[in-house]
Amino acid sequence: MIEVDQLSKEYGDVTAVDGVSFRAERGQILGFLGPNGAGKTTTMRMLTCYLPPSAGTASVDGYDVVDESMEVRRRIGYLPESPPVYMDMTVDAYLGFVARIKGVPTNQMRARIDETMEKTGVAHVRSNVIGHLSKGYRQRVGLAQALVHNPSVLILDEPTVGLDPKQIIEIREVIKSLRGEHTIVLSTHILPEVSMTCEKVVIISQGRIVGEGSPESLTAQLKESDVLHAQVLGPVEAVGEALRSIDGVLDARQEGDDSQADSWVISVTPGQDVRDAVSRAIIDGGFSLRELRSQDMSLEDIFLRLTTEETTV
Amino acid sequence: MRNLWAIYTKELRSYFVSPVAYVIAGVFLFLSGYLFRNILMQFNFWCIQFSQRAQFMQGGMPNLNLNEMVVTQFFGVMDFIWLLVVPMLTMRLLAEEKKNGTMELLMTSPISTVEILLGKFFACLTLYMTIVALTLVYCGILELYGDPDWGPIWSAYLGYLLLGGTFIGVGMLASSVTENQIVAVLLAFGALLTLWLIDWSASFAGPTAAKVLQYLSIIQHLQDFQRGVIDTSDVVFYLSFIFFSLFVTTRVLESRRWRR
Repeated sequence: MIEVDQLSKEYGDVTAVDGVSFRAERGQILGFLGPNGAGKTTTMRMLTCYLPPSAGTASVDGYDVVDESMEVRRRIGYLPESPPVYMDMTVDAYLGFVARIKGVPTNQMRARIDETMEKTGVAHVRSNVIGHLSKGYRQRVGLAQALVHNPSVLILDEPTVGLDPKQIIEIREVIKSLRGEHTIVLSTHILPEVSMTCEKVVIISQGRIVGEGSPESLTAQLKESDVLHAQVLGPVEAVGEALRSIDGVLDARQEGDDSQADSWVISVTPGQDVRDAVSRAIIDGGFSLRELRSQDMSLEDIFLRLTTEETTV
Repeated sequence: MRNLWAIYTKELRSYFVSPVAYVIAGVFLFLSGYLFRNILMQFNFWCIQFSQRAQFMQGGMPNLNLNEMVVTQFFGVMDFIWLLVVPMLTMRLLAEEKKNGTMELLMTSPISTVEILLGKFFACLTLYMTIVALTLVYCGILELYGDPDWGPIWSAYLGYLLLGGTFIGVGMLASSVTENQIVAVLLAFGALLTLWLIDWSASFAGPTAAKVLQYLSIIQHLQDFQRGVIDTSDVVFYLSFIFFSLFVTTRVLESRRWRR
């Protein structure tokens, strides 16, 4: 379990993290979503006792990251953005080293290492030198390193960055398979990753939390306008004119490139169903209506909206 | 203790799986072997010269001392080679961990900064002493053909243990302030050479300052050991130097906790 309360970090005059608060329950996967430079890594470094907070508190399983740092460190597994591996070591020797400094008892070490290698799928490269492994395998070794002492909390900083699509899917599968056993915090700037793997999302931008909730509730809560998709055949300007003149329509614009010139995206005041009015307007205008459907906002839209709004404030 | 041992074995292993240990040992042994040979040839030359002239000399042969003319000479040049070599052993110790991001692993593990540093310190000292011990071969050669006094030899080796610790301490401090190994090696050279030559300026300083400067010279304290004198004040000097440099290194590593 992780509790973060009004956590801040300042580097000189720059505020990297500004009063961040959130909770992650036992067994939950929490996605930490934000653009580059939003303060994700800094927050994670504070959670892992690498950096002290300038203000606020954070605790892992009830232990404070500043006052009970050693207890916290025993309970967390941490995968920084680039896996902290020694290139000249074999996978086996490396995991043995990490298990020892993480305090795994000597008689359980062999079993822990084998189990971890099995889970992360690196057992067959155990005697390879890490420097000779592909980026994907190094990432798995990094994940194995974070898991080897069976921590209750896993903190993964951009675990899929720099991998090819196949490797990304594999790493995600590994992370999902850990659900329930560990509390997991994973940061990413890739949206589908969050909706695919996480039960809870915290969106952070410029050091502040700008949205929080399940992927579904975020979509509902932050929907400021509904969106309709329509396929209309007819002269572009005349169709746009007709659509925009409908009561309740905020804007209408063409979607995509020329090949889809007949696709329209219509923004609508929320809570108002204007589908009838839209179809009538199109038919009355002498155009033909091919398709009309309403669309929920994707997490990506929310993300873009939230983070861009934040910068305009 | 267990953590310290884990760091120690990891460090020592990484010296021996890379070519570093072998290249350094090879270069060092080549240079010291070359010097030893020449010192020995010089001694041999004097021996022949004096024995040829012995008949013309009143009062017999001058005292040709193997310890003073070969052993002390040899140890006197060896410490300079170490001043050049030790920074290369220490440069990667912390700078590389920082650069690779593995420092983040160490610092987020339940292990103290002191354990990390001591593990690395003793690993480096072990490698250093292993190479130093190889020079015992030269002393063995002397034993085979001559009759050296072993007391001063052992005390010189004790001196080398302490001197090596001091060099490594300074080298680790240099390695802790940067991610760049070249910077680390140059800083260590600069610091060690300054400490080496510091007593030079003593000749031009006031009486009190001269004493301080002379005391700080890392090489002055070694000369007693090479003559076979184990002086407590020299031992204390080296030990306090090692302690001080390691202490400052822990502060540097932990500075990210309080630096703004």
